Amino acid sequence: MGLLSKKDSKLITDPLADNNPITIQVLGICSALAITAELKASLVMGIAVLFVLGIGNVVISLMRNIIPSKIRIIVQLIVVATLVIIVDQVLKAFAYELSKTLSVFIGLIITNCIIMGRFEAFALGNGPWRAFLDGIGNALGYAVILIIVGFFRELLGSGTLFGIPVLGDAIEKTGVYALGYENNGFMLMPPMALIIVGLIIWVQRSRNKALIED
Amino acid sequence: MGLKNNLHNLKEKYKGTKMAPAFNAIHTFLYLPNETTHNGTHIKVADDLKRTMNTVIMALVPCLIFGIFNAGYQHHAAINAAKGIATEVSLMGNFLTWDNFVIGAWTVLPLVIVSYVVGLAVEFVFAVIKGHEVEEGYLVTGMLVPLIVPIDTPLWMLAVAVIFGVVIGKEVFGGTGMNILNPALTIRAFLFFAYPTWMSGDKVWVHGAKAMEGQPDAISGETILGSLAQNQTVAYDWTDMFFGFIPGSVGETSALLILLGGLFLIFSKIGSWRIMLSSVLGAVVMGLIFNGVVDAGWISESSKFYGLMSTDFWMHLLIGGFAFGTVYMATDPVTASQTNKGKWIYGFLIGFISIMIRVFNPAYPEGVMLAILLMNVFAPTIDHYVVQGNVKRRMKRLKLKTA
Repeated sequence: MGLLSKKDSKLITDPLADNNPITIQVLGICSALAITAELKASLVMGIAVLFVLGIGNVVISLMRNIIPSKIRIIVQLIVVATLVIIVDQVLKAFAYELSKTLSVFIGLIITNCIIMGRFEAFALGNGPWRAFLDGIGNALGYAVILIIVGFFRELLGSGTLFGIPVLGDAIEKTGVYALGYENNGFMLMPPMALIIVGLIIWVQRSRNKALIED
Repeated sequence: MGLKNNLHNLKEKYKGTKMAPAFNAIHTFLYLPNETTHNGTHIKVADDLKRTMNTVIMALVPCLIFGIFNAGYQHHAAINAAKGIATEVSLMGNFLTWDNFVIGAWTVLPLVIVSYVVGLAVEFVFAVIKGHEVEEGYLVTGMLVPLIVPIDTPLWMLAVAVIFGVVIGKEVFGGTGMNILNPALTIRAFLFFAYPTWMSGDKVWVHGAKAMEGQPDAISGETILGSLAQNQTVAYDWTDMFFGFIPGSVGETSALLILLGGLFLIFSKIGSWRIMLSSVLGAVVMGLIFNGVVDAGWISESSKFYGLMSTDFWMHLLIGGFAFGTVYMATDPVTASQTNKGKWIYGFLIGFISIMIRVFNPAYPEGVMLAILLMNVFAPTIDHYVVQGNVKRRMKRLKLKTA
């Protein structure tokens, strides 16, 4: 690790596993449940949060000494809102279909607890470089879970990955469908995303007993 | 001594190893253990968990046997109906026939076997991982599951659902006795939401209908609830419904046998009569309300709710899975309310909500599954308030006395 010091690299690696925003801090659940029926949407959502959180953390960190603490939430909101609108407009301009799929959930990044959480907990007390790493790390941790959940939901729910049929054609009955396999409609509903997130938490905690709290 | 001693020796041999619970389970399931507790005061009664479970299974066996015959009967009746011949049921003539039994057994028994093999395999795996004894909880669930699914449910679907139901519905909460939701209904609900085309419609209730779909001699059989939800006339009269010669999930059609099973459970004090009675009361009240609405002329015949709303309140008790759910599933001692007053509230709401879902949500033609699952979630809350209410009343009495 020549580029990053050990302490700095922990900022990125920690949220990926042992301090994951979704599975350990249980933040940002709503969007994880709502948009993970397709892998593509999960990926774009992950990138959007990566952008908002990476830049937002830097901006807040740069302003941390001049924000009066009484109005810091409003300032934070303005920063997030600006960044989210940029993401939203870019998506609408270049990926209109996708932005329709994600619908309000791009706008709702503003209320994503991970973002306000990182602003409050980290960016307000650390320099811009460290804040940037922290933002990237947490957004990646969020994106990883989204992609895992999206992978299973799209594969088992629609038999596709990134919209490409991988299990054969469900209507023409080719591939595994010829054997009598059927798509699992439950996978496309948000409750199943909750169960998958729960299973990930289960696996993670049974591998690392230190994460179990009573 | 044979098998018993062999099993005992195996048990001693594997003592302390990871596989021990698996051998212990077989041993204690078949025989009394060689060693029983010696010291201290112990309550000596015969109705341990195993006896309880076996009693429920005994109450379910008539439903299973009836379901086997009914599967064959409905198959033939549907084929005749496709040819334009109406079938008049006669018990000895065309119901209890060898032919019906063979068809039914070939379709129903695989469901039973898959349910038990997969479910017990999951239980054994968890027992070995967690290092505790295999729990008996799956014995009843494994019998309930094949009775509440449509006859032609593909076996792999059933296997997936059973794994899901046992793991998510039970093991994550800590196994038998700790589960919030009834595992059998969790399995049924999973099937219902995951594979809706196999769980509803007019093609799944009769053996062979799905396979013959699109062919010239295609057969179909709509359940009574399904017909009513579409405001169609029902081809069965109430005696058919009561005795169970109607299409439906495998073992839930015969209200008579369920009634007998229920009486047996009440007599053996395994099932709670409070829950059964209050659930029926709840259904009757809701049915009467709907009948009242129809009588008052508040909804027209063109309304999509008319078919089910105008169904006589007592008929609601005979059709669909209501009776089966009330007797065998609402009374599950783990997921039901524990307090006596709580049982009345719990049961009443199950009946009330079942009929409400049935009428207002034609997409979910059978409300009893969702009603019981919903009330399973609320059962601890009901108990909490019953207990708190009792505490409060006694505190008040204490104050009056001391004041």
